[in-house]
Amino acid sequence: MAYISKRNRRKEKEKQTAADNRRELIAAGFKRRDLLKMGLLTSAGMLIPKKGLSARPLNTRGSFDDDEPNSPPTTPFQELMPRLPVLAPVASLTPAPTIAPNTAAGEARTVAHQAFAQFPPQRFYEMSEQAGTALMAPPGELPPQTIWGFNGITPGPLIVERYGVLGRPQDGSILLRLRNNLPAENGGFGLPSVTEHLHNGHTPLESDGFPCFFMERGQFYDHHYPNVYAGVNSTHPGVGDVKEALHTLWYHDHRIDHTAENTYKGLAGAYILFNEFDTGNENTGFRLPSFGDGQNPLTSFDIYMVINDKVFDNQTGLLKFDLFNTDGILGDKFLVNGKIQPVLHVSPRRYRFRWLNTGPSRFYQLFLLGPNNSTKPFWQISNDGNLLERPVQVNSSRISVAERVDVIVDFTNDAGKTFFMENRLEQEDGRGPTGDVLGAGQGDKILKIIVDGPVVPDNSVNPATIPAGTYFYGFPNTNDAPRITRTFRFERGNGQWQINGQLVGGCNQAPRFAIKRNTVEKWIFQNNSGGWQHPIHMHFEEFQTLSINGNAPSGTGLITKGRKDVFRLEHNMEATVYLRIRDFVGRFPLHCHNVVHEDHAMMLLGIIDDVGDNKTQP
Amino acid sequence: MTDLKRRSLIATLGAAPFAVPLLAHAQALDVNPRFKKISSRERIRQRYFPNLVLTAHDGRKLKFYDDLVKDKIVIFNMFYAQCQGICSPITRNLVRLQSLLGNRVGKDIFMYSFTLKPKEDTVAALKHYAHMHKVKPGWLFLTGSVDDMETLRQKLGYVDPDPEVDKDKSNHIGVIKYGNEPLERWGGCPGMQAPEWIAETLSWVDWPKNSAKKQANGGGK
Repeated sequence: MAYISKRNRRKEKEKQTAADNRRELIAAGFKRRDLLKMGLLTSAGMLIPKKGLSARPLNTRGSFDDDEPNSPPTTPFQELMPRLPVLAPVASLTPAPTIAPNTAAGEARTVAHQAFAQFPPQRFYEMSEQAGTALMAPPGELPPQTIWGFNGITPGPLIVERYGVLGRPQDGSILLRLRNNLPAENGGFGLPSVTEHLHNGHTPLESDGFPCFFMERGQFYDHHYPNVYAGVNSTHPGVGDVKEALHTLWYHDHRIDHTAENTYKGLAGAYILFNEFDTGNENTGFRLPSFGDGQNPLTSFDIYMVINDKVFDNQTGLLKFDLFNTDGILGDKFLVNGKIQPVLHVSPRRYRFRWLNTGPSRFYQLFLLGPNNSTKPFWQISNDGNLLERPVQVNSSRISVAERVDVIVDFTNDAGKTFFMENRLEQEDGRGPTGDVLGAGQGDKILKIIVDGPVVPDNSVNPATIPAGTYFYGFPNTNDAPRITRTFRFERGNGQWQINGQLVGGCNQAPRFAIKRNTVEKWIFQNNSGGWQHPIHMHFEEFQTLSINGNAPSGTGLITKGRKDVFRLEHNMEATVYLRIRDFVGRFPLHCHNVVHEDHAMMLLGIIDDVGDNKTQP
Repeated sequence: MTDLKRRSLIATLGAAPFAVPLLAHAQALDVNPRFKKISSRERIRQRYFPNLVLTAHDGRKLKFYDDLVKDKIVIFNMFYAQCQGICSPITRNLVRLQSLLGNRVGKDIFMYSFTLKPKEDTVAALKHYAHMHKVKPGWLFLTGSVDDMETLRQKLGYVDPDPEVDKDKSNHIGVIKYGNEPLERWGGCPGMQAPEWIAETLSWVDWPKNSAKKQANGGGK
């Protein structure tokens, strides 16, 4: 309640009444099952919209809009959680990739590959962005959904790649060709004009998925991903700084003004990078749980979980996207790897889970709920795919849109037990979470985990036995003097989003600011609004947090110190971050990753060049 | 399907052997009979475009969906004539947009400005406002009953989740929304965006090239 402005108090009172009512019902001995039977609770665990019971905002007439999330019922924990299929490379591409855009053959790229000769692609991939059919609920409960996906599936295939060993950066280089085979008919939402961002690859910027570099139907776009450590052409020539290693990435549509509907419709997938330290094999390097082939439950203990929330139309049972929403869209169905509230069977041993929140607008605080409303601690090992100094034991991890956390969960002594991945962060509208964390068992159960798999060997490191000190790479220093300190104020005016009082500007406008390549900058993010939170994302390089509201990260906040690419800018917060911008040049965006805010102009289009500018408030 | 596409498709499906039976299963499936077969275009109409009777600045009574939205490319914004803030600059910006779009405005592209203050904005006031800004045909300033205008505002998403902020009408004027109704493509952008760029964003929801739609559905009111 600390940050609630006066004018929000009435709504807070309303929410308080709703929460009291819920508690009263629970105190009166009604179990969730009873509430479900009485029709007061949806299976996703949300109270149905009824005044004084639901915490949803009323419209000004005192009734609920029919576009409030209210999906048809589905039965949780019936479907198995799919493991993401691994994308196989192809032997060659036709036509062969070229440095200059192959416009004649239908390539949409307009800028030549800048690092192709230095890091020639060693492996080739190809995917088609196309419509597909998906079953998201148990058979018969929801109709087959028409989605748009990479190769027609959502989440898209998992790309598993490796950095070259230190000193051989060229060995990691790949090229991904994407084809736009989307239909002209969108079934109600989606723009069949796309650009794919590898979040958050250190990628030459013509391959990064700049929002304005989109391809139309029938076109293709070659993305060159050298998979090199930042610094390879600057601070650590020919090698790159291994402390800048990225391990858990994802790819998604980034079409200017239309990212929310396109990603919601399915255009997102996952991407993993291994190296000689984070090897994917628990017998080597950091000895993190083995990836195996990503499919076999007896050998694959490193599991990517793509988490999102969606709404289904109550009349047709089909995916619903609120076309005219500008605040943020919340779903009342929670999906993991494309299934609503699925089940995962595990063996009594350690696992690495990679959690990604693809939005569109919800923030999560994920707990592992055990028997008798117990909370099972786990080890967070990374921020946004970047390893921390060492595993940190936590009871929960908070992720806003696009954030990732890798965690180690030790089920060794849990044979026969059942756990739930539970989101306890209360959020009632697209503005961001209320700040309240619900009690154990009162949140939304997203995934059921049953420890009934066979006993299998476990050679992974036990985080509890790691001696004090740095276990992973450690963090890059933050001692180099910044060339410039810039301030970015995220705000709202006249019902629209602004950064530093300005609108996004179009693709046809000059870059809002220019960063000089191979320099250090300090950025201050400000959120003066009492009501809104914004996951602020910068492409291309990771940042380190120097301070939040004047305080340096400390204690468990040390997790915050880890390198990140999304800064969770909470109510009335000011944060200072440190970043090096190295190696490549080109256009890049800084934006809010609540994709609804992003599509409504909460974005700033800049450039990295060899000159830079001195705009302190771009 | 080209060879390449087939290859990459097989590569994916090969890695996910369960994907094929699932898909086949989906087609054979008995879907819950409670669901209705309603087209997505019809659902969009039901959700967002109530067929309210509005009055234009030229005095005509027009139905919101039937007369103003159906089969057209449309541009919406909210305003009120006495607004001291950015209403006028946005209107002036949209005048430039109208001139950029040329003779398509009134033919297959239509611009609609809805008043946030129907009590003040009588037909005469709207007419005066339109003349003052020298708007051309194809762009209507619209009013209606207080309840209807409020419904329209909510349906089109000109709302703030904070009830106190929501009450202040000046918080609902910054954004324009646009779309192609039969094509089901919708978007929004700041009303103060450069008109050249707004015209560009409109092209994303334009009729597909070589489409007969443009001619077939042109005309309108």
